Amino acid sequence: MPEQKKTHRVLIGKPGLDGHDRGAKFLARALRDAGFEVVYTGIRRTPEEIAAAAVQEDVSAVGLSLLSGAHMSLFPAVVQALKNAGAGDIPVLGGGIIPDEDIDLLKEAGISEVYTPGTPVEKIIAAFRSACEKQEARRT
Amino acid sequence: MKSEDILRGLRDRDPRGIARAISLVEENDPLADEILSSLDDALVAEAMILGITGPPGAGKSTLTDRVIAKYRLKGKRVGVIAVDPSSPISGGALLGDRVRMMGHALDKDVVVRSMATRGRLGGLCAAAGAAMRILASSGCSVIIIETVGVGQSEMDIIRIADITALVLAPGLGDDIQAMKAGLLEVADILIVNKADCPGAEALAMDMESIAREGGSKEKDRAKVCMTVASEGKGIDELLAAIETVDASHRESGERRTRREKAYDLEVLEWALEMIKPSIIEKINTWNHDRKGAPRLQAAKLLGRECVRISE
Repeated sequence: MPEQKKTHRVLIGKPGLDGHDRGAKFLARALRDAGFEVVYTGIRRTPEEIAAAAVQEDVSAVGLSLLSGAHMSLFPAVVQALKNAGAGDIPVLGGGIIPDEDIDLLKEAGISEVYTPGTPVEKIIAAFRSACEKQEARRT
Repeated sequence: MKSEDILRGLRDRDPRGIARAISLVEENDPLADEILSSLDDALVAEAMILGITGPPGAGKSTLTDRVIAKYRLKGKRVGVIAVDPSSPISGGALLGDRVRMMGHALDKDVVVRSMATRGRLGGLCAAAGAAMRILASSGCSVIIIETVGVGQSEMDIIRIADITALVLAPGLGDDIQAMKAGLLEVADILIVNKADCPGAEALAMDMESIAREGGSKEKDRAKVCMTVASEGKGIDELLAAIETVDASHRESGERRTRREKAYDLEVLEWALEMIKPSIIEKINTWNHDRKGAPRLQAAKLLGRECVRISE
């Protein structure tokens, strides 16, 4: 029996009032098919709810999806909520309809990666894998 | 987080400490033994473990959400272990039970943990017992374990839970399904959820007749409850049924008997788990001819005395 590789746990969530969850669900399934355990928290969650779930589920990364345009307030709010919950070390990745000029600002605000429509899913999966590996190495 | 931090977090009921502890045990980390030996046995002994099982789509998660709310009104700290299946192909899992329970996300006294089966077939994950103990030790006096959507024979839950509730809903099968052997015979409470849907009365009657076969005495029979979890209907009656069963199990000694059996079974499972690698090693290095029945090969592999013990 081969040495079992560690299973990465991630959370996929949608903060705020945007109910368009095709992207989030697509990514959740893609991550599942790539061997991740994906905690899906559904639509219309507050940043605090997402942070609390990320802590209880002990995930190695959080992925946020937003198509409403509120990413500049909601993505950093999740980062802050994680800090408040004592879990500021958990990396946050974001995706959705995000104008190019916002991407750098989001990264400055602590979002580790930002992806826009058309990004190959393999690239996003690789980013999650690398974020998880880094986080798990840091944690232990 | 360092090991002292995790152990301290566990003692202080810090959400991160509890969550890390469950992960480390699930991953068989070297720290797992230390975590497990630091647990509060008295709290584990006193907690009520409620198993909620049933076919996919019957309403287990929604019902769990409602039951959590009721126990919170009673001031209980509630732990939830929600199990979903791992993909046999990728090993990944989509853990979605939490979606129905997000109303409790900010309540510090509701600890929800989603877990994947990771290849186990009985409806739970191998670390469910350990996760249950960690939650109990962190002060959860009610622990709800929600199984994967089960068929007829995923029985893991009845071993680990003090009380098992089987959730059914109309429209999922005819009365022949209900006559089959399996979970129906062993559940303490039979819940007909979606009781506002056509066919619910008939299903409840079938369940009542199955319950009657359980014994001539009222207290030996499974309780039948009708609920509409999405609207919160019938949950008070369900809690009353849970309390009746719990009180009767405590009084009759059934609770203790079940705990003892569950304990021994878990010891057995871990023992088998621990000797498995050496057997796999033997099979991989053993130059056998792969002829005849595998059962006979296994006996040869283990040697005669092992066979005599197993028979």
